[in-house]
Formats: sequence, structure tokens, C-alpha cells
Amino acid sequence: MEQKTKVNAEDGKQDLVITREFDLPVELLFKAYTEPEFVEQWMGTKVLKLESKKHGSYQFETSDGKGNVAFKASGVIHEFSPNKKITKTFEMEDMPFGVQLEVYEFERLSAGTSKLSMHVIYESVVQRDQVLKLPFAQGINMAHNRIQDIISKLK
Amino acid sequence: MNLRRDVFQAIADPTRRAILLLVASQALTAGAIAANFDTARPTVSKHLQILTECELLEQKQTGREIYYHINAKNMKQVADFIEPFRKMWDERFNKLEDIMKAYQSKK
Repeated sequence: MEQKTKVNAEDGKQDLVITREFDLPVELLFKAYTEPEFVEQWMGTKVLKLESKKHGSYQFETSDGKGNVAFKASGVIHEFSPNKKITKTFEMEDMPFGVQLEVYEFERLSAGTSKLSMHVIYESVVQRDQVLKLPFAQGINMAHNRIQDIISKLK
Repeated sequence: MNLRRDVFQAIADPTRRAILLLVASQALTAGAIAANFDTARPTVSKHLQILTECELLEQKQTGREIYYHINAKNMKQVADFIEPFRKMWDERFNKLEDIMKAYQSKK
């Protein structure tokens, strides 16, 4: 089966592209990104501020089960074309990942389907690779790192 | 395209990771691999079968013996780290789609 969500991250580059096709009209897909009530639901975060317009800014705050703030993110919006394109910066506050530039392109495929292409540019190759490894680090233990070491020697 | 997911299921098991580590340094027969574990021989065989099906290991006949080799190409996929990241986004987007569909049907 063809994967709905694709990630293209070439070796040694400081950017990546995530693409996804949705069974949603492009207007609804765009709404999911621009209206706080929807962002809160699908991203599982609290939206402190979201000004969906050029020169607007946003602030998200995610809490753990006990109500402690686990994660803060913020950025500014540089380009805002309804149902077409959003260009913004994104930063995870108090984390060593720097500021990333995100270019979202929304495309109508048919009346009821749409496509999102998300181009993310990081400050460096190292930072991109660290972000890529984040979900991985949670699940796999040291044994895997040893596999990594062995594989890098094979290359 | 299910291969990648299977690869990650394969390495989720500690015994299978240990087998990969062993074979990564040198090709071994099933018997030689099993000798490294306290686990019953059929259990090790089952792990070898899964790793072979996921194409992380390859069997090669040398004389009368079958040796297990590491499949470097597929191990590199694992090393790419991309699959968990992709999965995380896939789940997020599935949620987005569900929420917006529910909203659409309410209108």
C-alpha cells in the first residue's frame, strides 16, 4: 500500500520535506492550521496566541499529565495566502534545536481531497538530524546505538 | 512499503537486536548464533526467520552449511532514523483528518 505521509530527508542536507494527501477539501485542511480550536485538537497543545496573517505570531504550550509545562513553541508568520501557502518560523523554546523555517503549501486535488507539502529548513545538518532522531530516542535503547556504530563502519 | 514497519518491529525485540549485533561482525550459522543464547534453539530459529523475512539477514550456502549474513542495505534503512519520525507525522495527520471530517459532517 502506498504511504499517505512521506518524508524526504536526503543525507547531508539541512532540510526535509513532508507530504501528505488528505480526504479533505483544501479549505478545511487550511482551517486545521489557522484556527486555534483545531490546532489545539490535532496537535494536542494549548494555543496561547495564533495570529493567522502576515507579520502575525504564535505561541503554543504543551503540558504533561500533571499540568506542568513540558514544551513551549513559538514563531512568526511571514507569508499567509489563504488555502495556498503559509511561511513561518518555528522554535522549540529551551531546546537546543535552533529556529527552523517552515514553508507549507496547500494544494486542491479535487473537491474533497487536498495535498500538503511541508518544507522544513534547519540551521544545520546536525540540527535536522537531531530533530529526526527525537521520536526514535524515546523508543529504542542502547543496543540500537551499537547497531548504528557497526553500520556506520560498514558504509 | 510495509517492509520498513516490519523492520522496526524486528528490531523492537532485544534478542533479535543481539542477533543482529553478532552477525554484523561476522557471518554465522544458526547453530553458532544459538550457542550465544540461553534461549531454546527453536526460539532462536524463529527470530532468525523473522529477521530473514524482514530482509535484515540473508542466508548464503557455503559448502554444507547455511550462513547468516547481515543485509547492509536494509540495515541502513533502520539507520536512517526516518521511519519513527514519519510515523509520528502520519499519526498527527490522521488525527487532523479525523477532527476536520467530524467538523465537516456537523456543518
